Amino acid sequence: MALDTVKLKINGREVDAPKGSTILEAARLAGIQIPTLCYMRNLNEIGACRICVVEIKGARNNVAACAYPVSEGMEVFTNTDNIVKSRKATLELILSNHRMDCLTCLRNTNCELQKLAADFGIQHVRYSTDKTDPEIEASEMHLVRDNSKCILCRRCVAVCKKNQVVAVIGPNDRGYETHISCAFDRNLAEVPCVSDGQCMVACPTGALTEKDDTEKVWKALGDPSKHVVVGVAPSIRVTLGECFGNPIGTNVEGKMVAALYRLGFDNVFDINHTADLTIMEEGPEFLKRLEKGERLPMITSCSPAWIRFCEKFYPDFIPNLSTCKSPQQMFGAVTKTMYAKDKGIDPKDIVTVSIMPCTAKKFEIHRENQQAVDGLDDVDVALTTRELARMISRAGIMFNELPEESFNETASTAGLIFGTTGGVMEAALRTVCELATGQSPKSLDFLEVRGIGGIKEAEYDIGGKTVRCATASGLANVKKLLDMIKRGEKEYDFIEMMACPGGCVNGGGQPIQPASVRNNVDLRKERAEAIYVADKRSNMRKSHVNPFIKRLYDEYFDAPGSEKAHKALHTSYKAQPRYKLD
Amino acid sequence: MPNQKTKIPFKGTPEQEKKLREVIEKHKDGKGSTMIILQEAQGIYGYLPEEVQLIIAESMDMSLSEVYGVVSFYSQFSLNPKGEHVVAVCMGTACYVKGAGDILERIEKKLNCKAGEVTPDGKFSVDAVRCIGACGLAPVITIGDNVHGRLEADQVDGILEQYMK
Repeated sequence: MALDTVKLKINGREVDAPKGSTILEAARLAGIQIPTLCYMRNLNEIGACRICVVEIKGARNNVAACAYPVSEGMEVFTNTDNIVKSRKATLELILSNHRMDCLTCLRNTNCELQKLAADFGIQHVRYSTDKTDPEIEASEMHLVRDNSKCILCRRCVAVCKKNQVVAVIGPNDRGYETHISCAFDRNLAEVPCVSDGQCMVACPTGALTEKDDTEKVWKALGDPSKHVVVGVAPSIRVTLGECFGNPIGTNVEGKMVAALYRLGFDNVFDINHTADLTIMEEGPEFLKRLEKGERLPMITSCSPAWIRFCEKFYPDFIPNLSTCKSPQQMFGAVTKTMYAKDKGIDPKDIVTVSIMPCTAKKFEIHRENQQAVDGLDDVDVALTTRELARMISRAGIMFNELPEESFNETASTAGLIFGTTGGVMEAALRTVCELATGQSPKSLDFLEVRGIGGIKEAEYDIGGKTVRCATASGLANVKKLLDMIKRGEKEYDFIEMMACPGGCVNGGGQPIQPASVRNNVDLRKERAEAIYVADKRSNMRKSHVNPFIKRLYDEYFDAPGSEKAHKALHTSYKAQPRYKLD
Repeated sequence: MPNQKTKIPFKGTPEQEKKLREVIEKHKDGKGSTMIILQEAQGIYGYLPEEVQLIIAESMDMSLSEVYGVVSFYSQFSLNPKGEHVVAVCMGTACYVKGAGDILERIEKKLNCKAGEVTPDGKFSVDAVRCIGACGLAPVITIGDNVHGRLEADQVDGILEQYMK
């Protein structure tokens, strides 16, 4: 037997487990899933909720399997009467303090607490409930917090601090009074929340949910005087299927398009096109800066939570940001300018709806300087993947039985790879290399910037110049990279920043997978894989060869960086105070 | 009783801030420095208002939320300054069984000020405290250095009024 493993018994069966692993991990190797609630691998291993308790032969008390390390000869029992009794009592205690409005909760049928209560057959709670009123905080554009459904697992707190480093929420007060909130119980809008929404996808219950904007869309769809155009972000096609029981990483582009038409949208637009357009604006912007040696490194601007983070925490880097609007905003801008003109519709009568992997997009649509047509927001409603799934369900559309349909016009897959970390960088490189040298790069695969690594670095020769590139995803990595640059330890020319770990495929607006799945499957990897498969099969992998883009410039925007393009497709940023204290 | 945010405007002086920054500089890199700094900060200001917690957070590369989480956890930390008259209601066992709860309720009502808080004019602050060792006088309160013992709830208003003049 290898030295780095230990032998133990779980439920009477012998198991070899790596030294240092927890009982939970060892049990998993033996094909036993111990239920958990507060546990998130590498993130929240605090043994607080006591749902994962197991018995160890000879031990005085039950132990938390998520935190207790295995040892040689240990005998573990995961499913005895005593254990089930203990877990049931714990569940009842949690439920006694939980506002049980399951039927009217956004997380109904996708709630980890609800599932545990069902699994353990809880039909009666012996302890009285005293949390009956909602405790709503909804000061931000993207989120609703209802502490009457909070179970104090602290998963949101861990994500906010460790992955996203803003740490705007934490456990306050003590004992029975403990609650998760901002400092001094201030509103989220008064503290440096950047609206990435990672807390929502970490929440096991309905305590943290997106602000549901679907009613606005239903209203527009039902109004005959409105022309409603929907744009879908690159990553949605590889995640939406999960909401309808498809395996993680299934590409459902065809069914997604079919569903959008059936919902009644007047037109369905692939935001991959405006991702291509972003590259057309950002590429020349970068080459110009590179040539002049100005405002380098240039940093991408697609991720609105990253932009908010930059404005609040690293205002020194604002001049480095690309002035390009995000693909979402460009979609709105193009629709209300060129599309309106083409169709002969007054832009006032157009409603633009975007389907986004992201909750910060709900904030972005209200940003300043995002109006290609004066007085009209580029995008009227930003929905998350989850909200779209709810619309499809409500309309009675049987998603999995839909035929495959396609967008009116196919975009390049350079736009598609925007959906994962490194994708914007790779798409830009594919175009920039050709712009600089007049020749297509030998390979369109820039493998160094792919993958789920938090920070990736690569150097490429572009027209005889070495261009130093870096990507960071997850604000903890973003912070790390910026701090290294500030200290002078690193120098780059071009940086891609994504607020969410792994980029948009793992955004705060994506389908919620329970921790039992997230602890064992890397969502970032599986979802990104589906994107790269589509890119590999594509015969249009460069933004600048997209015929739609060519037409856009020929017929409307003249040329990349033109005055017209600048007015519609670029924006500005400014430093924001971190705290809004009175 | 959750510690409520004060309604009293912050009146910190540059001298106090200088002292605070020295304390932070001295302890910053040590283990468990947050507690030490918070204790010393409370020594300097008498309490830990948002303004002070923000200075501590920003200079220690922590978020305000993390600092506040610690402050609101420990009862030794106060978010409120002390009033001109500090009213302490003994909640020890003897006082409690003799009706200290009612006394506290009457005080809170009369002053419109909860335990752990201070009145908006800064005149009174109310604390519910552990046994003060005067069980023979139960239920007992102290106001500043004065001890008022063997109280009935109905006496509370009159006693407080003496200090309101």
